[in-house]
Amino acid sequence: MVGNILLRGMIVGVAAGLLAFCFAKVFGEPWVDYAIAFEAQASHAADMITGAEEPDIVSRATQAGAGLFTGLVVYGAAVGGLFALAFAFTNGRLGRLSPRSVSALIAILGFVAIVIVPQLKYPANPPAVGSADTIVARTELFFTMMVFSLVLMIASVMFARRLAERIGGWNGATVAGLVYLAVVAVMFAALPTIEEIPAAFSPAMLWNFRISSIGVQAVLWAAIGLLFGAVTEGVSLKHVAPRRAASASAFR
Amino acid sequence: MTSIVHATTAQSSARAEPIPVSAILPWAVFGGLMLLLTVYFVGAEEGATSLMGGSYVHEFVHDGRHLLGFPCH
Repeated sequence: MVGNILLRGMIVGVAAGLLAFCFAKVFGEPWVDYAIAFEAQASHAADMITGAEEPDIVSRATQAGAGLFTGLVVYGAAVGGLFALAFAFTNGRLGRLSPRSVSALIAILGFVAIVIVPQLKYPANPPAVGSADTIVARTELFFTMMVFSLVLMIASVMFARRLAERIGGWNGATVAGLVYLAVVAVMFAALPTIEEIPAAFSPAMLWNFRISSIGVQAVLWAAIGLLFGAVTEGVSLKHVAPRRAASASAFR
Repeated sequence: MTSIVHATTAQSSARAEPIPVSAILPWAVFGGLMLLLTVYFVGAEEGATSLMGGSYVHEFVHDGRHLLGFPCH
């Protein structure tokens, strides 16, 4: 049962990754190209002094084609699989929500916890933005923010379930949501801010890049949430022990 | 798979029965680990940390990493 759900999630994730690739290709790549042109100009000026030029290990065409495709589809499959595991834990445990609604809810909460909240603190950066010297610290902070936000979201959902027994589902979810936001706000204040945007880098281009980056993730998560719901809604997801499947008592 | 049963009975449409945690856990531990490793390779390998060395993985998934919002370089 769980293996089947996991497989469904990963297949849905691959489909979502394909859609995200199409979006990224059309709406994201122009800003990556701009940033790389900016970077090349800056490093060309530096090369005039040192006389050295870095060779490309992977061509730009491959990066923007097969590389982008592989990255997004593989990432989509992984997120789809993790999404399916979250669904296996959640389905049937959130009041009377149908599988399709549970799927949509996980997609929204996952998108907020894994994309929106970490990116509000540490937004996506195009090439040429961000110093190579700080990559270790930036990566650590970004993943810290992401893991913390996700763990906090899971705790908030469990908290909301408990509150629902006493003050109702709507009020419980509202209170738990406010607690989530409050703790996130403390986290935002506690973690260091990173400001490494080159002065000459176009603010409009940076904005375009960041919006398109959120867009890529939005397409991915929306597609996973809706497609997974669509392929799960009509299917009974009862846990049936393999050998007892035929006996009526297994269906309860 | 026999464990997927199409909803034909009346009671199955009422409310999905939760899958016992004990049935999910083995999948969650192994599958979760594999999937997180996959996220790591797309999102962070040969950036801040490197398991394989070199920079081919980094350069290959470069655009995807930037557009997914991971710190790249």
